[in-house]
Amino acid sequence: MKAFGTVHKYGDNVDTDVIIPARYLNSSDPKELAAKCMVDIDKDFVDRVKPGDIMVANKNFGCGSSREHAPIAIKASGISCVIAETFARIFYRNAINIGLPIIECPEAAREIEAGDQVEIDFDSGMIYDRTKGTRYQGQAFPEFMQKIIKAEGLVNYINNQ
Amino acid sequence: MGMTMTQKILAAHAGLEQVSAGQLIEADLDLVLGNDVTAPVAIHEMEKMKIKKVFDKDKIALVPDHFTPNKDIKSAEHCKCVREFAMDQDITNYFEIGEMGIEHALLPEKGLVVAGDVVIGADSHTCTYGALGAFSTGVGSTDMAAGMATGKAWFKVPSALKFVLTGKPASWVSGKDVILHIIGMIGVDGALYKSMEFVGDGISNLTMDDRFAMANMAIEAGAKNGIFPVDELAVQYMKEHSTKEYKVYEADGDAKYDEVYEIDLSSLKLTVAFPHLPENTRTIDKVGDIKIDQVVIGSCTNGRIDDLRIAAKVLEGRRVAKGVRVIVFPATQNIYLQAMEEGLLATFIKAGAVVSTPTCGPCLGGHMGILAAGERAVATTNRNFVGRMGHVESEVYLASPAVAAASAVTGRISGPEELGL
Ligand code: SF4
Repeated sequence: MKAFGTVHKYGDNVDTDVIIPARYLNSSDPKELAAKCMVDIDKDFVDRVKPGDIMVANKNFGCGSSREHAPIAIKASGISCVIAETFARIFYRNAINIGLPIIECPEAAREIEAGDQVEIDFDSGMIYDRTKGTRYQGQAFPEFMQKIIKAEGLVNYINNQ
Repeated sequence: MGMTMTQKILAAHAGLEQVSAGQLIEADLDLVLGNDVTAPVAIHEMEKMKIKKVFDKDKIALVPDHFTPNKDIKSAEHCKCVREFAMDQDITNYFEIGEMGIEHALLPEKGLVVAGDVVIGADSHTCTYGALGAFSTGVGSTDMAAGMATGKAWFKVPSALKFVLTGKPASWVSGKDVILHIIGMIGVDGALYKSMEFVGDGISNLTMDDRFAMANMAIEAGAKNGIFPVDELAVQYMKEHSTKEYKVYEADGDAKYDEVYEIDLSSLKLTVAFPHLPENTRTIDKVGDIKIDQVVIGSCTNGRIDDLRIAAKVLEGRRVAKGVRVIVFPATQNIYLQAMEEGLLATFIKAGAVVSTPTCGPCLGGHMGILAAGERAVATTNRNFVGRMGHVESEVYLASPAVAAASAVTGRISGPEELGL
């Protein structure tokens, strides 16, 4: 499985309140959530984002509340993968559980810039920045989690058991 | 190798003799929690599963507290979804308006969590119950769905940071100041993926409500959980509130910690977290002149009876500054009633504050006290992210009930000392 797209870049501590503000949590419809994704820190994100695009951020991405609406909004906006130095732990779980691929790779997260064309190979964890011609080895998912991702989320994983 | 307190609880619930940091385990759950924001998503996910009945109707807690009393039609639909599920599944611990409260204040009060339990909740502040010596952690809705269906959850066994607390806090200094100090010291990702284990003689100088406030904000340092030893005070609390059997776990003497911090509680001052991160802390003598528009006293961090007593002590016989709105929201119906019986509510109202029914309300910018552009609030809540209480250009300063109440009187961020207290 591979992803390829343009990078949207953010800094440290992108919290779930800016990924999807609480005032929109009276909906759980992925499309409605995607329409408000990142609105508080990046108003034009929803207009710019194209299917397959990649989100890159620095440390502690997704900190704050446990709202699964956050990874749902990102996934529904068309983002194919999030790369960060580190992820907040609930966001990490949620992303895996709903089948949004995420990769921890501090080097890539720091060096890749907004607008770069980036390719990711999920099987090997390899990240390739086509714009810069640089390669990074991202953290591969533990086997346990790969199974959940392959089943496209925890629900199917449980159903398959 | 020795295990931390958290690791011991997890090992016991995974049926293992020994676990170590980094290990993936599947643990049995004693309680699964959800609210009106997260439960509808979980219920929808559970509908997709082949398992149609919850694993144990007594081990699920559903608490609509975020947008209740229903803020708008969409919120009402969510609450209806939760209510119908609760009725259909015959959930014992579903708390409707009238008996509800903010989930993390309500569950310990109802005796639903005790020492030694493993609890997951689809709410990040589920870590609050660590004050009772339980392992509890926030998860998302899909985890909640899986938990409700199977009674199990997967965990990566965390490593831990140890905080050795000694000494007695000065007057007005509370658990909130201690945890803000710690977050200021280690940062909002200082405990990422880890447990925060609090130990030391100083704990005996912290009330249960202090400890709840501290465990509550472990997530604000990125922690998986925060946990306290089970001392006499904790046992007394559990005996008063619960009939459930509790189990005391203690860390092994040779347990390994990533880091050990020594904190002398007597050296701490009142502490305020500036926008827009809980780690931006300053002690009260360094806050400068910050004028405020609103004060919020409540939430799962500081909406308990001790918190209201402290706020009332400061507001007694005083008036809220002109132009400042003060909103007090007791965290549960019981706390509300107790505050009424003790005359605290009268003190608030006479001072010029409003008292709201228990709800999360403005804590997450939901309703009942939203900020306009450029407005500032002092809040006893736990998060001050951009836009957390309203407009993206509004600001939230996190503080203890004592500081919030004193600020209400002066109209700028102040400690009670400024009022001669
Ligand atoms: S009071 Fe605030 S932090 Fe606590 S559960 Fe409610 S919204 Fe979350």
